[in-house]
Amino acid sequence: MLKIKEYVKAESLEEAYQLNQKKKSCILGGMLWLKMGSRTIQTAIDLSGLGLDKIEETEEAFSIGCMTTLRQLEKHEGLEKLTQGAIRQSVESIVGVQFRNLATVGGSIFGRFGFSDVLTCFLALDTYVELYHGGIIPLEEFAAAKKDRDILVRLIVKKTPVHCVYMSHRNTRTDFPVLTCAVSEDGRGVRAVVGARPGRAVCIRLEEDSLEGGLDGSLDAAAEGLAAQVTTGSNMRAGASYRSVLAKVLIRRGLCRLLEERGIS
Amino acid sequence: MKITVMLNGKKIEEEISPDMLLIDFVRGHGCFSVKRGCETSNCGLCTVFMDDMPVLSCSVLAARASGRRVETLEGLQEEAEEFGSFIADQGAEQCGFCNPGMIMNAIALFRENPDPSDEEIKEYLAGNLCRCSGYEGQLRGIREFLEYRRSKRTGGAI
Repeated sequence: MLKIKEYVKAESLEEAYQLNQKKKSCILGGMLWLKMGSRTIQTAIDLSGLGLDKIEETEEAFSIGCMTTLRQLEKHEGLEKLTQGAIRQSVESIVGVQFRNLATVGGSIFGRFGFSDVLTCFLALDTYVELYHGGIIPLEEFAAAKKDRDILVRLIVKKTPVHCVYMSHRNTRTDFPVLTCAVSEDGRGVRAVVGARPGRAVCIRLEEDSLEGGLDGSLDAAAEGLAAQVTTGSNMRAGASYRSVLAKVLIRRGLCRLLEERGIS
Repeated sequence: MKITVMLNGKKIEEEISPDMLLIDFVRGHGCFSVKRGCETSNCGLCTVFMDDMPVLSCSVLAARASGRRVETLEGLQEEAEEFGSFIADQGAEQCGFCNPGMIMNAIALFRENPDPSDEEIKEYLAGNLCRCSGYEGQLRGIREFLEYRRSKRTGGAI
């Protein structure tokens, strides 16, 4: 059971950061995962009074405050357009609307949970995180880093033109995913992101465009090559070998959709 | 710590412990429609509205509701009764334990999307579990209710 001894609604990020330097302090996101554990928190720090629950759009990027809910992401027209529905698809199987009205982007990303659909999808985009102390760094770097006591202030998604496909495989609707997969193509090339391995999502790139052969040509080889770089493991939802097969299938489907969008058949 | 919550239109000021959950707060004020079900944020039985948004009261600290409006089924009786009769007409439930949460979320759906398709209904209510039925009765009840509302809007003409 979760126990909280003191609750502080932070009045500034500096206050939140200072309070969070103690080991027994904890920043609250949506609290949905935190609540499942049985730990004692000396100081729970709530950022909900800092206006970080908005998605702001500039000419270059979307700036997504850490307290933005998954439901806000799901309903945001600009993100829907940029990602061709991929962001919406990545969150719509996460439990239900009531859950997504609570779960926050900051909680999902800062936790770097292996099962995170959200982390998988954002890794496929040109995404950065803004940390209060650590500044702005690429999400990929952040996702691979160890957890520390910094504060994730916002996510920055550059409006780099992208084709993005999101898929997940679940044993049953609204359950944790067995495997998540996002495949995208932008000016920087083609990348596949695989999560729920069950470890943290990883990003793999096609070194060169080996898809020129079209659907019948190099697709299988490209999917197999990418999937081979994904390390999978076993847990109660699926075994490692099953996940490896799934990874190849989902990556292939994603590449196939990218090629269709290129008009290659 | 002290919180102030507008619960079903009534202002409540109370001293609470920092880890009190909203479900315990509302049940402590007589809102027994709010059920404790799975406690893993999955079943939707504890659905309440916080500033008009459906949320899981088992997963929100009461402290976070301070300064906000919270509504339970007790505060939406008229709206709930009208819709609930369509669910009852279909014999949609057996034990009825899921009913308050299901009705709360269905009301949220009707407010957000007054004319949802079957797919949109299933999608919106995916976070409300019923372990007696296969959801068909509830779906029929919702369809009947929507039809009733449509005919009311058009003065009976279809």
